[in-house]
Amino acid sequence: MDWLYVLMPISGVTIFWPGLIILGVGVGVIGGFFGMGGAWMVTPGLNILGFPMAFAIGTDIAHMAGKSLISTMRHGKFGNVDYKLGFIMVFGTVVGFEAGAQMIMWLERIGQVNLVVRWLYVLLLAFITWMVFSDVAKRKQKERAAEAAGKELDKLATGLEWHKTFHKIKIPPMVHLNVAGIYCSAWLPIMVSFITGWLAGILGIGGGLIRMPSLIYIVGCPTHVAVGTDLFEVMISGLYGAATYTYKGRVELVAAIIMLCGAAVGAQVGAVATKYIKGYGIRIAFGCAVIGCMISVLLKLVPMYFPVIKPVADVLATWVVLGVVTALTVYISVQMFKGAAKEVRQKKAAMGR
Amino acid sequence: MRKLWTKILGLGTLISLVLPGIALAAGGGGAAPVVIVSDTRKLAGPFAWWANLYNESHLYFMIATIIIIPLVGVIFGMLADVVMKHIGIDLEHRDLAEH
Repeated sequence: MDWLYVLMPISGVTIFWPGLIILGVGVGVIGGFFGMGGAWMVTPGLNILGFPMAFAIGTDIAHMAGKSLISTMRHGKFGNVDYKLGFIMVFGTVVGFEAGAQMIMWLERIGQVNLVVRWLYVLLLAFITWMVFSDVAKRKQKERAAEAAGKELDKLATGLEWHKTFHKIKIPPMVHLNVAGIYCSAWLPIMVSFITGWLAGILGIGGGLIRMPSLIYIVGCPTHVAVGTDLFEVMISGLYGAATYTYKGRVELVAAIIMLCGAAVGAQVGAVATKYIKGYGIRIAFGCAVIGCMISVLLKLVPMYFPVIKPVADVLATWVVLGVVTALTVYISVQMFKGAAKEVRQKKAAMGR
Repeated sequence: MRKLWTKILGLGTLISLVLPGIALAAGGGGAAPVVIVSDTRKLAGPFAWWANLYNESHLYFMIATIIIIPLVGVIFGMLADVVMKHIGIDLEHRDLAEH
């Protein structure tokens, strides 16, 4: 069975390559659907497959750039990408990302990269989970109130409306973001992109996990536009991240390309699925994904304090990541194929008339 | 609004102050292996060429990487476009536009 393993030329580790393709498909579907790179699955996934953490981060970012390009092409055709917003955010993303990447190199030198990255992950994921589900709960509350009053809730209504507060900041220059339907200070997306870029650099992710909810809750984008625009950002920050991590000798391109083979198919399925699933459906699924991710990271953290449970926790963490990836991939793929089949049927029926 | 900004700034400052503290206070732990030179002895063909490129120049290695990745992405993306259009999925329009 040696043919199932490939020796990575830079890191010198031997890797089970079908595992890379499976990981690529899963992360492609989920990333294309939620508008993120999916590093929260790939970094631990690559680590589980045998890559040292530093290589797992760099390789993940490199593959993410290619995969996000595929998804952005698709979302762009649906009109989900606000390029103006994307370009405004590029500057903050790149500067923030470099600051974060420098910080991670420093943490690596003092030998605490795993601990700090994982704790920061947990804090962020807990906050995002709370944000998503309190948003969903508040919207349901509004729905019930509208129903009791005998009215129908506006389709554009949201639960959390923090963006309305942020839109009150009138520091010039002010910008019209036509695709997203927003008028705000240019400093709002610049600051959001800097902070999310910095966190992305530290965590070794494209930033979608943080930027996608930030675009919705702080900048005020509709869900689909947040997904598409975020993928555009992930692509830019992924390319920049790939360059900086490659220069620092932390990218295994062979692994990234093997993963891209699977991710190319998955990214298309995920992006097309956003055509058939409503905005709040995307948010709820996103919240579930974040919870799964948080549990898996916690299972990696706890054994650092209780080493005796490490073997059990490691196995459990692997199963949680694989379980979440599989469940979400199946859910999104089924919805996509159902929607596509319905569309094809309708087209055929229309042609038959 | 001012209260919100004060809270955000305070949180940012706290994170930047606490993070290095956590790292230093925890102490110990092994650093991830830092590869400066790739071992090309077991490699052959394109893999050996790739590893040699890495050993000779990190700059050329980086340039090659950031050209290859988008190129592979565009090729795969275009192939998928052809397949999707063949199936009959409308890739230009989306009906749903709610939040």
